Amino acid sequence: MNPAVRLQNVQAGYGQYAILRDLSLEVPVGSFFIIIGPNSAGKTTLAKTLAGQLHPQQGTVEILGRPLAGYSRKALARRVAVVPQYTPIDVPFTVLEVVLMGRSPHLTLAGLETRRDVEIAADAMAATQVSHLAHRRLNQLSGGEIQRVIIARAICQQPQIIILDEPTASLDLAHQVHIMDLLEQLKETRGFTVIMISHDLNLAAMYADTLLLLHQGQVAAQGEPAQVLTYDRLEQAYGCVLLVGENPLMHKPQVTLVPGRLLAQTRKYLKDTSRD
Amino acid sequence: MNQPTPRLIQRLLRVLLVLGPFLLGSLVVGLLWGSSPTDWRLCLRALVGLHTADDVLPAILWQIRFPRVMLAALVGATLSLGGLVFQALLHNPLAEPYILGISGGAAVGAIIGILLSLAPFPGVAALAFLGSMGVMLVVIFLTPRETGDNKNALLLSGVMVNALCTALILFFVTMTQDARLHNILYWLMGDLSVALPGQIFFLGFLLLPCFILIFLLARPLNLLYLGEEQAGYLGLNVAGVTYVLLGVTSFMLSAAVCQSGLVGFVGLVVPHLLRLWLGPEHRILVPACILGGGAYLVWCDLLARVLPSQGELPVGVVTAILGAPLFIVLLQRSRL
Repeated sequence: MNPAVRLQNVQAGYGQYAILRDLSLEVPVGSFFIIIGPNSAGKTTLAKTLAGQLHPQQGTVEILGRPLAGYSRKALARRVAVVPQYTPIDVPFTVLEVVLMGRSPHLTLAGLETRRDVEIAADAMAATQVSHLAHRRLNQLSGGEIQRVIIARAICQQPQIIILDEPTASLDLAHQVHIMDLLEQLKETRGFTVIMISHDLNLAAMYADTLLLLHQGQVAAQGEPAQVLTYDRLEQAYGCVLLVGENPLMHKPQVTLVPGRLLAQTRKYLKDTSRD
Repeated sequence: MNQPTPRLIQRLLRVLLVLGPFLLGSLVVGLLWGSSPTDWRLCLRALVGLHTADDVLPAILWQIRFPRVMLAALVGATLSLGGLVFQALLHNPLAEPYILGISGGAAVGAIIGILLSLAPFPGVAALAFLGSMGVMLVVIFLTPRETGDNKNALLLSGVMVNALCTALILFFVTMTQDARLHNILYWLMGDLSVALPGQIFFLGFLLLPCFILIFLLARPLNLLYLGEEQAGYLGLNVAGVTYVLLGVTSFMLSAAVCQSGLVGFVGLVVPHLLRLWLGPEHRILVPACILGGGAYLVWCDLLARVLPSQGELPVGVVTAILGAPLFIVLLQRSRL
């Protein structure tokens, strides 16, 4: 079976400047794949490259076994939906209208949405629990509600792959868990391949099947959360000291930030515990 | 199961049923009412072909008022639609039809035509059309492609080229001393009085395909409201649609403006007014702007004809006097 995404020796960036360098990776179909890494590691560049927004300077990108360059914009949008980091907040369309825009790749340029399209949009809104907001305007909603609407729009595209760039940033704890639960559910019930960028290592550890740690545009580590979230790798990539413990309930890695003033103390603690 | 959703079609029909008869009514009023003191019942008889004692009346109605009223409707529709498209494309509520230098280019072309003593149609109109299309192409060519925000770069190029054209216009105006100065000033303030019947059919023939094409691209205009990046993620060929819309809109605006002169504010006021009433759906707004904008300029032109006790005002003066305060009211009502 072809992987959902395959990158081979990809170099990508802006203008002449390369951010991703010689990057190769595979994302299996139906997996929850989370990309982590410090700022400027190339996470958003990778997401834009996978979404066809940025053309690789070198190397090949395959989506569902076909070269990315072989897809038309529309054909790609029928397979890959993107939830970007920022959504304009001054959009005066209603929630239903915004979610229905997700049907665009399935319509002709001047085509009208059918009753079936409205049913698909209603289903997507129910999945993200925004049905009650259907006739509210997007510019009247909170950040968490807008995020759920944009995810509903992505579901409405009926893609096979959904790419999300920091979907939980700026959300409160309850909404973060809700969004992550929703993505996990989409993976399990609808067979979506979820590719997500996150700065929250603990959320990533709890939900990811596979974690990819990017550092300076290259793969620093890839594998199950326990293989990737180790003290050494994180210190090397992020340039700061982090404590890596275990989530007592899920037995997944749990990362704790350490303030700079406790640096010496932490190093001593880590040395002592490793000696024990 | 796969029938079009009835809600949008119902809304569209409702808007057409309101604005269609409104435009038609405006055209009839514009035909019946004028500076010549004739009973409207006589005009109505002449209009439907019944015999009247006044032999000149049918000529006034069909040779003078009809082309003028139709030109007002076509120009009003074009300016409103142009404003709507540019506001969506440039994501700027203050974008107006002349934003890409169409006014400046048309004015320079028209003034050269007037100074060469060419006839208003086709001579002056042709030079104005060439001027506006030429300037629009220069603006698009001058806009740097590699800037992060192409929309603002396009807008600023338009403003700068327009400023250059304004300097040229002032130069020509300063250097002109004879009666042609009056013609130049009237052209710059918008003048619908020179319309000829043949001109109207020619203009209609040029504008109709543009209206249809823009209506067909109304759904992509909705997507562009979300920003170019998100529109691209939804499968839209953003660059292709943007350049087609820029080209078609600039062409139809040039075709209209070269025959009417510079009529301001219509492209700002009408789209905002209709957006406040009908919401942001462009599949509704495009036909609404065509019908509503047409009717708006017919009424403005009527005021320009009947307000002064002698002669008439340039229609651009009326649209500015009405438009500026109306826009301020709209600004208060909507969060632009």
